[in-house]
Amino acid sequence: MTLLDSTIYVLAIPLFMFLFLGLVGTKMPRKITGVIGVLGMAVTTVLAYAIAFTYFFGDGPQNVDGVYQQLVPTNWTWLSFYADKLVVRLGVLLDPISAMMLVVICTVSFMVHLYSLGYMSDHDGNPEKGFQRYYADLALFTFSMLGLVVSTNIFQMFIFFEMVGVSSYLLIGFYYGLQPANHASKKAFIVTRLADLFFLIGILILSYYTKTFEFINIMGKNGEEVMNAFTSAQGLTFMGCSVTGWALTFIFIGGAGKSAMYPLHIWLPDAMEGPTPVSALIHAATMVVAGVFLVARMFPLYVLEQGAMDIICVVGAFTAFYAAAIACTQSDIKRALAFSTISQIAFMMTSLAVSSAQGQLIGGHEAGLGYMASMFHLFTHAMFKALLFLCAGAIIHAVHSNENSKMHGLHKYMPITSIAFLIGCLAIAGIPPFAGFFSKDEILVACYEKGLGWGLWMSMVAGMTAFYMFRIYYLIFFWKKHEVHGEHAPKDQPWTMTVPLIVLALISCVAGFVPFGDLVTWNGHAIETHMNWTVAGASVAIALVGIGLATVMYRKENPLPDKLATMFKGLWTASYKRFYMDELYQFITHKIIFQGISKPIAWFDRTIIDGFFNLLGNVTNKSSYGIRKMQSGSVQGYVSYYIIGAMLLAAITGAVILCI
Amino acid sequence: MNLDYSQFLMMPQELGLLAVFLLVFLYDTFMPKSTQKGLPLFATIAFGIYMILGFLPVKEGLLFGDMFQADKATWAIKNILNIGTFIVLLQAVKWANSDFVSIRRGEFYELILLTLFGMYLMISARHFLVFVIGLETASLPLATLVAFEKKYYESHEAAAKYVLTAVFSSAIMLMGLSFVYALSGGNLYFNQLACFIMGEPSLLLILALAFVIAGIGFKLSLVPFHLWTADVYQGAPTMVTSYLSVISKGSAAFAFFIILVQVFGSAYADVWQWMLYAVIIITITVGNLFAIRQRNLKRFLAFSSISQAGYIMLGVIAANAVGMASMMYYILVYIFSNLAAFGVIAVIERYTGKVTTDDYNGLFKTNPWLAFVMMLAMFSLGGIPPFAGFFSKFFIFVGAAQTGSVAIYVLVLIALINTIISLYYYLLVVKAMFIRQDECAIPKLKSHWTEATGLWICTLGIILIGLVSCIYTSLSDITASLSGVFGMI
Repeated sequence: MTLLDSTIYVLAIPLFMFLFLGLVGTKMPRKITGVIGVLGMAVTTVLAYAIAFTYFFGDGPQNVDGVYQQLVPTNWTWLSFYADKLVVRLGVLLDPISAMMLVVICTVSFMVHLYSLGYMSDHDGNPEKGFQRYYADLALFTFSMLGLVVSTNIFQMFIFFEMVGVSSYLLIGFYYGLQPANHASKKAFIVTRLADLFFLIGILILSYYTKTFEFINIMGKNGEEVMNAFTSAQGLTFMGCSVTGWALTFIFIGGAGKSAMYPLHIWLPDAMEGPTPVSALIHAATMVVAGVFLVARMFPLYVLEQGAMDIICVVGAFTAFYAAAIACTQSDIKRALAFSTISQIAFMMTSLAVSSAQGQLIGGHEAGLGYMASMFHLFTHAMFKALLFLCAGAIIHAVHSNENSKMHGLHKYMPITSIAFLIGCLAIAGIPPFAGFFSKDEILVACYEKGLGWGLWMSMVAGMTAFYMFRIYYLIFFWKKHEVHGEHAPKDQPWTMTVPLIVLALISCVAGFVPFGDLVTWNGHAIETHMNWTVAGASVAIALVGIGLATVMYRKENPLPDKLATMFKGLWTASYKRFYMDELYQFITHKIIFQGISKPIAWFDRTIIDGFFNLLGNVTNKSSYGIRKMQSGSVQGYVSYYIIGAMLLAAITGAVILCI
Repeated sequence: MNLDYSQFLMMPQELGLLAVFLLVFLYDTFMPKSTQKGLPLFATIAFGIYMILGFLPVKEGLLFGDMFQADKATWAIKNILNIGTFIVLLQAVKWANSDFVSIRRGEFYELILLTLFGMYLMISARHFLVFVIGLETASLPLATLVAFEKKYYESHEAAAKYVLTAVFSSAIMLMGLSFVYALSGGNLYFNQLACFIMGEPSLLLILALAFVIAGIGFKLSLVPFHLWTADVYQGAPTMVTSYLSVISKGSAAFAFFIILVQVFGSAYADVWQWMLYAVIIITITVGNLFAIRQRNLKRFLAFSSISQAGYIMLGVIAANAVGMASMMYYILVYIFSNLAAFGVIAVIERYTGKVTTDDYNGLFKTNPWLAFVMMLAMFSLGGIPPFAGFFSKFFIFVGAAQTGSVAIYVLVLIALINTIISLYYYLLVVKAMFIRQDECAIPKLKSHWTEATGLWICTLGIILIGLVSCIYTSLSDITASLSGVFGMI
């Protein structure tokens, strides 16, 4: 058994930790539970690193002539119907992106586990209630997310998609005593669940026409069969589009829900009600990229459906801009970061979607650049966005508020956090040599390849990114002197929280030098990447402009931002209110769906359906009362019923059979 | 005919069971009085070891002049029953050592093992003589077990009712078998009967079938042969009730399948299927209707088990490999679910003597663990996913629906509607435990470790059997390989 065959243990350990901490952990002291959780995650992380390293750099069946293969070390048949015609399997699949995701998830999760030891130790001075529950939920989430990325078929992926939803519900609603947390967890769950419904419909359509779920292991031994089934289904059309196009679009909607694409993004900002380490884990690095991962997973199929790709492209490009515009005005530090996340994820989506054009137009060695860039950005973004969130957590921990009006001038008090945050900002803004520069540059190149318009649009959004990130940075750490409330001045955090910041900051500095083009591509072939100096230069210039603008406006306290805000009052308010999307949803759900659709249905339900069941209930009740005499308690009666019953059975059947 | 003694080696499960019986018997007879207290645990452990060894593969073959069948299906169903019996024995340890019972504890274990041996014979019988011997071995000792709590008047009454109806139903069934004997011209071998009974269905054949169905229907408590059930379940000691409700039923269901399919299957399928059709509908419905009104939990479970038997019969009426596999699977799941429910009832009854639904009000507050197990059992019996009961209902419906006949679709639909009705009364129990409040709720109980272990096994079974798919898959592999052996449809 080689190391790769033991990938299943990467899943097994978090699952065990969940069961152990959930069942036994509550009876143990809090400290010990936390340490056990961290140790369990550490073991998982080391194993995941070893597996990823072996996969990418070791010799073996995974690497044939420099082409990375899909390996399936474990595959159990879970359910099989109709004489093995329809089989649901559970297994583990290793290929470049799942190996990469193992690293991403384990790194961030481990950092969050460690960080939470400090962050969750007390809640406004009191010991945190449910500390053990928190660690159990973290383990469950990690397990679900790992299961998602190693899925061997879309049905398994769907199961883990749902489990990710459930565990994120538990974590967002961790402070279930607080009203906003309750609302936020419900909202997140309902919105993503609604999107998952489309995912399920997509799966059902696809498997109905192709008779298989095995859309992930396409490079595997049955891959050709599956592809043939898919292409033959492409010929069927429904309302002018091919059924596969519909299916893939529905599947994308499922991904868009988890990845918070417009207009399904509304749950993500509210989800910031959860503990901040959770935001770092779920809403920056892992769960929100599940949608991107889903599209990447099914990329070989999406390439064949240009219509679906165009939809993704438009949605992605619009979301990137939309979220960036909102991020420019938010005053809640976590919400600003949340919108920044939405924008960055939209970058990845767009990059995936433009990749298809290249695959067809050029077809040479650069095909799939966008795919590679998207995965690259996913990787780097996970690191620096987790860093930013953990910094935000440290700040919130120190000042007990999310509003940046309560922060200002913290640089003096929290130097380590300040520097770490700055590194994160530089990385996300795309300043060389930090990680974000390399990945974002590849994305922009891919967009320019698709068309000049796409490239310019995304470059503009990149500039906005630099602006809003440095706006936040200055507002937190500079702007004006910090007013010390009470006797405690804010200060840097305990080592359990500092270490993750430093580690992630280091990764953010160097992650850009990972040769992604050689490692993570859609078909396993290495692609050559060239530094496109025009694009790179332009994007750095735009980023510098954004940073410069932010410096002018927010470095020191000055009336300029307020003046601008009054000047463009309408625009500013609209952005601050997030373009009234939540209000729109409220209107649609309450006024249109509840009033116009739900009420008539409710009436139908109450009178017709309930009426039927009440009738059934009454009849049942009455007849139950009526036949009670049968159970008299006397053996003579029993025996009489017995013989009468047997004779009746014979008589009736005899009559029926003999007469026919 | 010369008896080939080496054939005994091909029935290792029977020999193993007899060995356990003999060990218990010797312990009971010869061990000093001071060690008798250890007998229940000794018997349980011995049976546990035998149960594990029982999973060793067996050789297949038709033994003793075509009278006794050993194949993978009989092997599997015997193992399933072993698991159930083991849980019953385990849960009975504490009860068997209680006052009034302890003096006869040896008999309890010996009789249980003997009846199980009778059930083995029923399952493996391929000749009606062997079958009847098995049936009687399985039935009559149970009457003594029902009367086990000598000091209770109800226990006596229940035993009397049980004996009288059992004897009556045996007589009816033997009359039916004598018709079969007449029809076949003196042959009672399962594998030969199909060649001897041919032609259009005669009145004699219809009577024979009706009487056989009535006879086995008594053991399965199918309506209208069920009337003894509630009184006996209520009067018997809870341990005996749980044994009666799952093990005895499971073996009878399997034997029923074999007899109907192998003896009458191909030629007279429409006759017995229509009979069974009517019986299933009234069984499920009447069982439900009675269950709704019960306040005594043992009575309530008696009626619930009547309607569950109706569901099990869906596998028989399907008469195909999927039906057989889902029937065995259903029995397995039913064992865990019902034994969990009876386990909780037994614990509470032993400490407080309370057995009505109203006594369970507010149980969750005082005994969360017992309430949780009971809830799982109710969910599983009601068929709520993701617990095992959902899967077993699902598979048994699939098996029935695979016959493809419209009439069976209607039957499945009726069964489905009844599932909804059954949810009402299963959830009533859950409601009592979790939602209703009671100031004088049952106080906090500390169950004995044997009882707790039994409940743990049941809990794990309820949660895992549905999710671990290889259990159903292996059962369906077994039956698929057998489908050619005797004419499944």
